[in-house]
Amino acid sequence: MVDNKNEIIKVCLLAGKVMLQSGAETYRVEDTMVRIAASFGIDNPQSYVTPTGIIFSISETESTKFVRILERSTDLHKVTEVNSISRRISSKELSLEEASRLLKEVDQLKHVYPTYIQILAASIVSGCFTIMFQGGWVDFIPSVIVGGVGFSAMVYFHKIVEIRFFAEFLASIFIGLLAYLFIDIRFGLELDKIIIGAVMPLVPGLLITNAVRDLMAGHLVSGLSKGAEAFLTAFAIGAGIAVVFAFI
Amino acid sequence: MMFFEQLITSFFAASGFGIIFSAPKRSLIQCGVVGMLGWIVYIILVDIEVDAVPATVAASVVVAVLSQLCAKWFKTPIIIFNVSGIIPLVPGGLAYDAMRNFVENNYDVALQLAAKALLISGAIALGLVFSEIINQVIRKAKWKKKTHA
Repeated sequence: MVDNKNEIIKVCLLAGKVMLQSGAETYRVEDTMVRIAASFGIDNPQSYVTPTGIIFSISETESTKFVRILERSTDLHKVTEVNSISRRISSKELSLEEASRLLKEVDQLKHVYPTYIQILAASIVSGCFTIMFQGGWVDFIPSVIVGGVGFSAMVYFHKIVEIRFFAEFLASIFIGLLAYLFIDIRFGLELDKIIIGAVMPLVPGLLITNAVRDLMAGHLVSGLSKGAEAFLTAFAIGAGIAVVFAFI
Repeated sequence: MMFFEQLITSFFAASGFGIIFSAPKRSLIQCGVVGMLGWIVYIILVDIEVDAVPATVAASVVVAVLSQLCAKWFKTPIIIFNVSGIIPLVPGGLAYDAMRNFVENNYDVALQLAAKALLISGAIALGLVFSEIINQVIRKAKWKKKTHA
């Protein structure tokens, strides 16, 4: 029988926690935890994951462990790292201690890209989307600027306001106002194309994809709740732009 | 010319999204290529006057199949490629037009646009499901061959 049960449980829960906080699909989190436990000799591990918590037990009659997930962000780099650690555990390359040490390192990792690079990327994405939605090149630079300002506003408001969806709402108000201002001073041609491009970096793409993938894997609770989160985010963005239109 | 600028911009848009979602540095190029190919399929189909909904289904099948290949090849979780490929197909423009018409009290136009946007979102999901089916059929076929041999 396995004697270091508690250590194994800790490793599984840490792996699950890091993945879930970084925006992995819930079915992948469950799958990874069960695989790790199985490769350390646990016969019948059970895990149940929702976007806000992890329930894990190493067998049906053992006591159940629970981890609450409060903060969720998007960091696909961490998901990849945990995934490769779990692969190495499955192929018996890592001992329990090494796995635990590596997972703790991943947990402490900072974002791969500093915030200013992300803002830069968001600006370029905005400009590119303006062109992709049949806008003219005159609108490229205005859209780059508006998109960059919008994304930085969202990052900033996420830090200072703890209410969900409010950051997206305020950021899209900023986008709407700035785009309107640019059109007013004849910097840029089509208001619609600039706003559509600039709003794209705020679109909850990861949530939409995850919701669909979780629903496909049969995780109805997670799929629906992620879908609801995506819908509310999209609604917040739309509402922000709508406020601008309503008052101008 | 128009085709060429669509190629370039969709590549940068998709890999830019890779950066926003903190995808690993070594997979940014693949994200860009997956996004670019998906968008090109969509643009070509819309250009030869296929309706936007079937065009989106086709494009998202392409994105999902390519992502599966990338995920197998580079041993990375599939969502990294999926997300950056799917985002250009999200009906942001339509949703925007719908919202704008709602605000301006043109409810009939707004509802039409919103229905279209909803259908396209459904089409994206359908494309993802199709590719998963293809994947499972291939996997099962391989497994059968192995057991027979």
